[in-house]
Amino acid sequence: MLSKRIISCLDVRDGKLAKSIRFVDTQDIGDPISKARQYFEDGLDELVFYDITASSDHRDIMIDVVRSVAEQIFIPFSVGGGLRTIEDCFNVLQAGAEKINLNSAAIKNPELIREAANAFGNQAVVLSMDVLKVPMTSAIPNGYEIIINGGRTPTGLDAIEWAKKGEQLGAGEMVVNSIDADGTKNGYEINLTRKIVEAVQVPVIASGGGGTPEHMYQVLTEGKADAALVASMLHYGEYTVPQIKQYLTAKGLKIRI
Amino acid sequence: MLTIIDYKAGNQTSVQRALNYLGIENRISSDPKVILNSDHIIFPGVGHASASMEVLKERGLDFAITDAFQQGIPILGICIGSQIILTHSEEGDTPCLDLISGDVKRFQFPNNGLKIPHMGWNEINLRKAHPVLDGLTSGSEFYFVHSYYTAPVDPQQVFATCTYGITFPVAIGVKNLFAVQFHTEKSGRTGLKLLENFNRWIP
Repeated sequence: MLSKRIISCLDVRDGKLAKSIRFVDTQDIGDPISKARQYFEDGLDELVFYDITASSDHRDIMIDVVRSVAEQIFIPFSVGGGLRTIEDCFNVLQAGAEKINLNSAAIKNPELIREAANAFGNQAVVLSMDVLKVPMTSAIPNGYEIIINGGRTPTGLDAIEWAKKGEQLGAGEMVVNSIDADGTKNGYEINLTRKIVEAVQVPVIASGGGGTPEHMYQVLTEGKADAALVASMLHYGEYTVPQIKQYLTAKGLKIRI
Repeated sequence: MLTIIDYKAGNQTSVQRALNYLGIENRISSDPKVILNSDHIIFPGVGHASASMEVLKERGLDFAITDAFQQGIPILGICIGSQIILTHSEEGDTPCLDLISGDVKRFQFPNNGLKIPHMGWNEINLRKAHPVLDGLTSGSEFYFVHSYYTAPVDPQQVFATCTYGITFPVAIGVKNLFAVQFHTEKSGRTGLKLLENFNRWIP
């Protein structure tokens, strides 16, 4: 049986680790490479490395930072932010990432998912989506809308429908990030996560809102997520990876210790 | 020196970074002469069995690997490198190197809803001691990404298994050849330990 994965997201801006609260008021909190190394030593299962300004500023991903991470960290990691072409994806994979995270660019050009899956395999393509709770309408029947460009631009797309389409196009995994929950530390968006898990066959990573190991337990059980993504909890030193893993193991989840 | 076989297999640089981190001197090469003049050989791989076999043949690496095996050079296969050492792969109905008798089969989970590929961290169960598995235990976890698994004819050639829907071999070997299905280069401290063990292994 597969272990539930604990993943941390390193939002990087200008080479520094940053953490947003509901996608605004981003503050720098340190060096991504040293954080990544510490998490690797602590037994983290996977990393996501996200260039948070790349998408909106059309800035290229920081390949050198990716390469440095790959030289020191021997767990799987994915890279996202500003990947718009197959060549962008290729460069990131060459620099040492296992997977690419597609977000805004996949909305603008859904064929990018298919092209990337054909070129690198489904397992290398992660569809990352930022989701806002909205009133249910005929266009957005599930009441969850995809927002792009770092939480700034609504798309009119229903999140559950988009997840299904992304899977059909070849995404091998999904990151579902709730903008409402992001950075609040009040718990994950359980309902949204479960809806997406039930709509697709590929693994789903819950993101946004994790503040305690109990929140993680909830999203991995009630929310049915395959993995929980944490940022603030770890980045500010409130919890360590071993503390989280011990808690989840004690609660009966299969976790890599 | 340790040589990582280059056949456009995708993960040779990841393997190299892990060896560099461990301070193990190494080189990446697709030259059969260089490969046959090595103390240890790593045969990595990500991708499709038939495409991998084609590239190996194009570069004369199929014979280089067979010769290295005959000469007793320790070889570590990883992922696709652990599959195409068998007789045949169902992936693309591909005849393989036949260093270990058996088939490579696709997972079939029609009824239990298990996802394919088998992707993520899973634990291994040790079946037999092997120097490359020194210090590892049943319950040690490794990172897997695969849709096919190896099925050697001889159970004596299976050193560890994993369970995902079915129980299948994930560490196989014979003589100076050892091979693992998981990505040991991406399996944290445990995976690095296995690479260190391999580098010390004198069959």
